[in-house]
Amino acid sequence: MMLPRFSPPALGRLPRPNIWDAVALILIVGAMVAIAYGARQTEAPLTSLDIAPVSLDPWHLPLYALRTTLRMLAAIVCSLIFTFGYSALAAKSRRAEMVMIPMLDILQSVPILGFLTFTVVFFMNLFPGRVLGAELACVFAIFTSQAWNMTFSMYQSLRNVPKDLEEASQSFHLSGWQRFWRLDVPFAVPGLVWNTMMSMSGGWFFVVASEAITVGDTTVTLPGVGSYVALAIKQQNLPAVGYAVLAMLAVIILYDQFLFRPIVAWADKFRFEQTASGTAPESWMLDLFRRTRALRALSVPFVAVKNVVASIPWQWPWPGQRAAADAPPSRALDVVWYLVIAAGTAWAGSLIYRYLAASLTLHDVASAVGVGFVTLARVIVLIALASLIWVPIGVWIGLRPRLAERVQPLVQFLAAFPANIAFPAFVVAIVHFALNADVWLSPLMILGTQWYILFNVIAGASAFPNDLKEAASSFQLSGWRWWLKVILPGIFPYYVTGAITASGGSWNASIVAEVASWGSEQLTATGLGAYIAAATTAGDFPRVVLGITVMCIFVTLFNRLLWRPLYAFGERRLRLG
Amino acid sequence: MLDVAKTAPLIDIAKVCRSFPKGSGDDLLVLENVDLTIRSGEIVGLLGRSGSGKSTLLRIIAGLISPSSGSVTCRGETIKGPPDGVAMVFQSFALFPWLTVLQNVELGLEALGVDPAERRKRALAAIDLIGLDGFESAYPKELSGGMRQRVGFARALVVHPDLLLMDEPFSALDVLTAETLRTDIIDLWIEGRLPIKSVLIVTHNIEEAVLMCDRILVFASNPGRVASEIKVDLKHPRNRLDPQFRQLVDSIYARMTQRAEPRAPSVEGIPGTGVGMVLNHVSSNLISGLIETLAGDPYHGHADLPVLAERLQLEADELFHLAEALQLLRFASLSEGDLTLTDAGKRFANLETDARKKLFAEHLVAYVPLVGLIRRVLDERPSHSAPAARFRNELEDYMSEDYADETLHTIVSWGRYAELFAYDEQTEAFSLENPH
Repeated sequence: MMLPRFSPPALGRLPRPNIWDAVALILIVGAMVAIAYGARQTEAPLTSLDIAPVSLDPWHLPLYALRTTLRMLAAIVCSLIFTFGYSALAAKSRRAEMVMIPMLDILQSVPILGFLTFTVVFFMNLFPGRVLGAELACVFAIFTSQAWNMTFSMYQSLRNVPKDLEEASQSFHLSGWQRFWRLDVPFAVPGLVWNTMMSMSGGWFFVVASEAITVGDTTVTLPGVGSYVALAIKQQNLPAVGYAVLAMLAVIILYDQFLFRPIVAWADKFRFEQTASGTAPESWMLDLFRRTRALRALSVPFVAVKNVVASIPWQWPWPGQRAAADAPPSRALDVVWYLVIAAGTAWAGSLIYRYLAASLTLHDVASAVGVGFVTLARVIVLIALASLIWVPIGVWIGLRPRLAERVQPLVQFLAAFPANIAFPAFVVAIVHFALNADVWLSPLMILGTQWYILFNVIAGASAFPNDLKEAASSFQLSGWRWWLKVILPGIFPYYVTGAITASGGSWNASIVAEVASWGSEQLTATGLGAYIAAATTAGDFPRVVLGITVMCIFVTLFNRLLWRPLYAFGERRLRLG
Repeated sequence: MLDVAKTAPLIDIAKVCRSFPKGSGDDLLVLENVDLTIRSGEIVGLLGRSGSGKSTLLRIIAGLISPSSGSVTCRGETIKGPPDGVAMVFQSFALFPWLTVLQNVELGLEALGVDPAERRKRALAAIDLIGLDGFESAYPKELSGGMRQRVGFARALVVHPDLLLMDEPFSALDVLTAETLRTDIIDLWIEGRLPIKSVLIVTHNIEEAVLMCDRILVFASNPGRVASEIKVDLKHPRNRLDPQFRQLVDSIYARMTQRAEPRAPSVEGIPGTGVGMVLNHVSSNLISGLIETLAGDPYHGHADLPVLAERLQLEADELFHLAEALQLLRFASLSEGDLTLTDAGKRFANLETDARKKLFAEHLVAYVPLVGLIRRVLDERPSHSAPAARFRNELEDYMSEDYADETLHTIVSWGRYAELFAYDEQTEAFSLENPH
């Protein structure tokens, strides 16, 4: 199945960092500090939890896999609820949009595993001594890995609803609520489904990483595939790692076949195109569902509820129509709003300053930035290496449609597979051959994310127009010239899309990839990821905040100064059709 | 329809103005002092060039945008938001791609709170009326353009509106399909089978207006206003070949090419000729092609616009743009709906490519003030280059951003053909470094 190509949602916006990014950054870091501060203040006993110990018996794995999957589902439900609320508010209210969208942009570049540090403590204080707190922290971590790009996608759909449909629904007296369900949501569905799928792929990584985590004195071990692997690593049990890999494979395949394939096939009808084109995605599960009367009967109550809910003639509490040229916005209210934002930012800024200045010096900042550059260098080198390897292979596969059709689902699958489960295999090798950790731990960062490059390059090469291929061969273009003048420009926009995803993922992965262990053997590479990981283990909140902030700034600048201009260039100059 | 004059007007519009913010921050007037009354039982046409504000007026009546000043009433009540009893058919059909034909048609009734059984009955009746039987469960993307617009009509008719608004409903269709649908609609109207009282149609197609309307308001641009009102007394069904019909079409062509001088101020103070002139994009190929056609048999330098439109298969609007470009460049003159080549135009027709480019360049510099300005700026600057933003800002003092873009686009393409200056799309800059 060929998937439609959706651009990463964060790319449509202004390239250069501006004042709003700074405001958003300060507000977000401020919120983190507030949580960290609150966690400290309550001083509730962070007692070790009385949780059934994880066992390495493979027969327990199906149950562990089920629990991992349920956490995943809970997170995706939270993400969807968040997505609907946040994006609707940002799209309908200009003033909210001013702050909410840059915040989303920054949140996208916050390292998710860094979040975990505060949230574990926060949620465990919320439910002292209960498993629920730890479960919530884990679900929240997955949520933070999923929600932002889904929200962005939905927001952009809401802002780009076709004008004529908007006028039609207004002219036919649809209320704000009806319009939302009849027009806005259906229009957003294809992008949202695609982004949800991407989020899920990324989510497996974080669910595995967040099931077993140590913050200061608190060690959380939730029964699941992730903690199973953690225990296997501690006990140096390589076969157990193998079982975990197999369990994960099974879970992802089942998930794909039973949940996502049907949803993608169903969502196809919402694609906004006026002519039927190409082959529609298929799902045997959905076909079965549609053909079987008994199964279909199950959906009747849902459809009925949806129809009733969607037809309620509610108006929004605020004007549904964005005040375009019609009513000029109130200047006075704007000024008040700006003042509120400025005051909030100043307060958050002072909170951050007081918190960090109490225990950190400029020297700490310099060292965090220093290791940041080390990780940056790693990301750049790895992306370059991965591109050198996967671009030619991707082109080769993509130009062979039958092969591409078979390989593409496999690559998609590899992208979804949580690479951290496979880390021990590499660590064993590094330990065994006594390799330099600074160099040889690095590939782990890109282990799971390189597939996005391959995936997108294959998509680009398959979409390359046949007439251009024929023209190139009729002019006898070959060798270097063919690569430089024909195929590389042709796949460029696709490549950039893949590389952006891969680089974002690598930053995130650095927190678990730069530090690895096998039994009592500890490997550490110098880098920002290791810095954050070490501070987390030590429960050193100020350094965690500092590390996260620095990484956030690095990722944001890297995106804005490199990827977005490249992406804009590709879209403007090299877009085919 | 003897009692038409006695009934209260369905729509009454008095002294309506509408302006939009311009790129430069001031307001751009797109509608000025428009009066219009629509009564029961008539088809009224708003005919005008693109950008004459006729679609804006339609949207004011539909309650989709509000007027800047003036009064707009529907059955005596001021219009705030879409009024009851007014439904609209869109140029782009505006069908919801995720709803079937039946669901699309039912949508309007659903919003009105009609109960499901009644809804289904009325929707099926409308589908039946408009000739969509058998397509109820199809999705819009499975239908041809003509069938899609039929869904658009069914969706509007099912709410039994008093007034049906049509925004260029046939212009996205090919000629044959448009004619079939148009005829079907007129037939239903004459037979009294449409559940509506009046129709307001916006169009830029002169023949369509004469074919359908009882009354035509001809719009003039810059700012949009009603230039004249024409009563069409021909009996339905009307025949395009009827001499009276032809005469009416010819006279409207003449009226629309009589350029009521645009009143937008300009730098030089000469109306319509300054830098702030809107230039519609017409490719240099089309310009050359039209000059050649005019110079050759059977026209010998002189042709009637309706005849040309027929021969070249051009919409009246496209032909107007083309003819006006020729007039602006002094390759032809336009009057009373006739296009006549000037001496320069005749010369152009007989030249080789390079000589044509040279002549075109001379006329461009002499008669298009913006080109002159760009050349002057490029010559004066030591770098011989200038960002497009410099000219765009100036244009936006006179026109909306869209028009400024279109005008710049036109200038770039003409300038490139004439080899007057180069334009780098990536840096958005004009320069003199033409690769000669």
